[in-house]
Amino acid sequence: MDRELLETVVAYLAETRKDAMISVAVVADGIHVDLVPNEIVDFVDFLRRDPQCRFTTLVDITAVDHPEREKRFDVVYHFLSMWRNIRIRIRCALREGEMIDTITQVHPSAGWFEREVYDMFGIFFAGHPDLRRILTDYGFHGHPLRKDFPTTGFVEVRYDEERKRVIYEPVSLAQEYRSFDFMSPWEGAKYILPGDEKGEGKEA
Amino acid sequence: MDDTGFFAPLADEQEIRNFNINFGPQHPAAHGVLRLVLELDGEIVERADPHIGLLHRGTEKLMESRTYLQNLPYFDRLDYVAPMNQEHAWCLAIERLSGIEVPRRAQLIRVLYSEIGRILNHLLNVTTQALDVGALTPPLWGFEEREKLMTFYERASGARLHAAYFRPGGVHQDLPPDLLDDIAAWCETFPQVLDDIEELITENRIFKQRNVDIGVVTIEEAEAWGFSGVMVRGSGLAWDLRRSQPYECYDEFDFRIPVGRHGDCYDRYLVRMAEMRESVKIMRQALEKLAAPEGQGDVLARGKFTPPKRGEMKTSMEALIHHFKLYTEGFHEPAGEIYAAVEAPKGEFGVYLVADGTNRPYRAKIRAPGYAHLQALDHIARGHQLADVAAIIGSLDIVFGEIDR
Repeated sequence: MDRELLETVVAYLAETRKDAMISVAVVADGIHVDLVPNEIVDFVDFLRRDPQCRFTTLVDITAVDHPEREKRFDVVYHFLSMWRNIRIRIRCALREGEMIDTITQVHPSAGWFEREVYDMFGIFFAGHPDLRRILTDYGFHGHPLRKDFPTTGFVEVRYDEERKRVIYEPVSLAQEYRSFDFMSPWEGAKYILPGDEKGEGKEA
Repeated sequence: MDDTGFFAPLADEQEIRNFNINFGPQHPAAHGVLRLVLELDGEIVERADPHIGLLHRGTEKLMESRTYLQNLPYFDRLDYVAPMNQEHAWCLAIERLSGIEVPRRAQLIRVLYSEIGRILNHLLNVTTQALDVGALTPPLWGFEEREKLMTFYERASGARLHAAYFRPGGVHQDLPPDLLDDIAAWCETFPQVLDDIEELITENRIFKQRNVDIGVVTIEEAEAWGFSGVMVRGSGLAWDLRRSQPYECYDEFDFRIPVGRHGDCYDRYLVRMAEMRESVKIMRQALEKLAAPEGQGDVLARGKFTPPKRGEMKTSMEALIHHFKLYTEGFHEPAGEIYAAVEAPKGEFGVYLVADGTNRPYRAKIRAPGYAHLQALDHIARGHQLADVAAIIGSLDIVFGEIDR
């Protein structure tokens, strides 16, 4: 991607849409914007219509869960301008239970992407015409891509010969689910080993 | 029943209810496990509601607890029709985030196998689309060629489908010279097969009746619904990531981007046929470049992200330790986020990777082209006949591995 063009678009955005954005920068894969969540519909509509931008294609909507943060979820939008050949990423931070407006009236293709984010993270999109679960099973409970959801899930299905139908049961593992801690104690350790304090200050 | 309690057929104002049918999940024309709830008014589709997720395996969740290298084979299992193109996106994301430069020979091999993947995909799609509208012979002819291509996959990686051949930093192993010769020989014979298939389908009366002017997508619609790949090119927009945002060494290759004019199912078929010819052209060039002196050398960027050479491990203790650590702990990706996309045969296949500096991705989002395409089915199929739905699904080119993830 043309770095100069990205710089001009960033400067243009910083000039015209200063209030909506928390930060804007050129990154390796295009433009990165941290946005005020309330502004999402206006901003996306602006990006689509503005002749300087023309981000007419919605590439993806997803979310990232950071359970340790107060604003737990990042909702991430990717847009592509086929006309100017640039990409933009918009990130909105949300608290748990906080809603964000749907952008389906601007990009109809947001429908399924928002459904998926709702399904996987439990983030509600206000005004979405059809906010059902999409990828998980009918009658599924929980939001699998949250970090506090176990990879094994809670229920498993099998065909029951006696009842002649598929039944749901709590997960029973023949072997503990193996999740390894690979972090090297030489690199990742935050604690101070006994005796380490003697070395403090000497090196400096 | 009226209020007198007698059954009296209504004479003039009959209440007519629309008819709902389940198309799939076991319908052969559903191309996998698609459950499509169709609301029909007579034979006209009023509403199409695709229910997906029947093949959902939780790939993105599983990836969060595995190392970067362990995650690579999951990509083969997404769009299992063209596995290496998916791996490519994952490798690109890792390489761009950590700044690895891929050696030239590995780049050329990647291009070669990406184009083989494209032909694999288009052969399957074009011929099964013909099957959906009633032709039996094209899949038989097309699958014969696919079989040969999968043998090339096997000779490079050891597996016909789940190759795990593209690795961060290059490709797993170099190609033997006789394999390159055989691919070159195949490139000579394949255009003849394409001619044969085209002779069967292109001017076929039934195929044209079932596809021309069916499922028309305008450029505006293609943008609004987030289309990519053949779905936009069929509508006349010459958009191809290989050309517009070149990765590997695609900018050195001479190829044309076929575009359609009407945006109907038939144009998309024609675009796919033309793309296969262009792919053969790219493959020939790649083979030429691989034979040239500049195309020689290592196929992996040796370093912390790739294994050491076997011979080195026999003599060097450090190499042995490195090998052991790489395949147990795996490499650590620098913290950051990146979106990397490739022009997969079906459209823009992207990976959004959030890394936190450990050996596992914090979050990896797989952006499958088929997801956006299938979403628009309701929009495209509305007002069409029930029988057209099969043709539209065929030309959308959907594979459930990548849609359900």
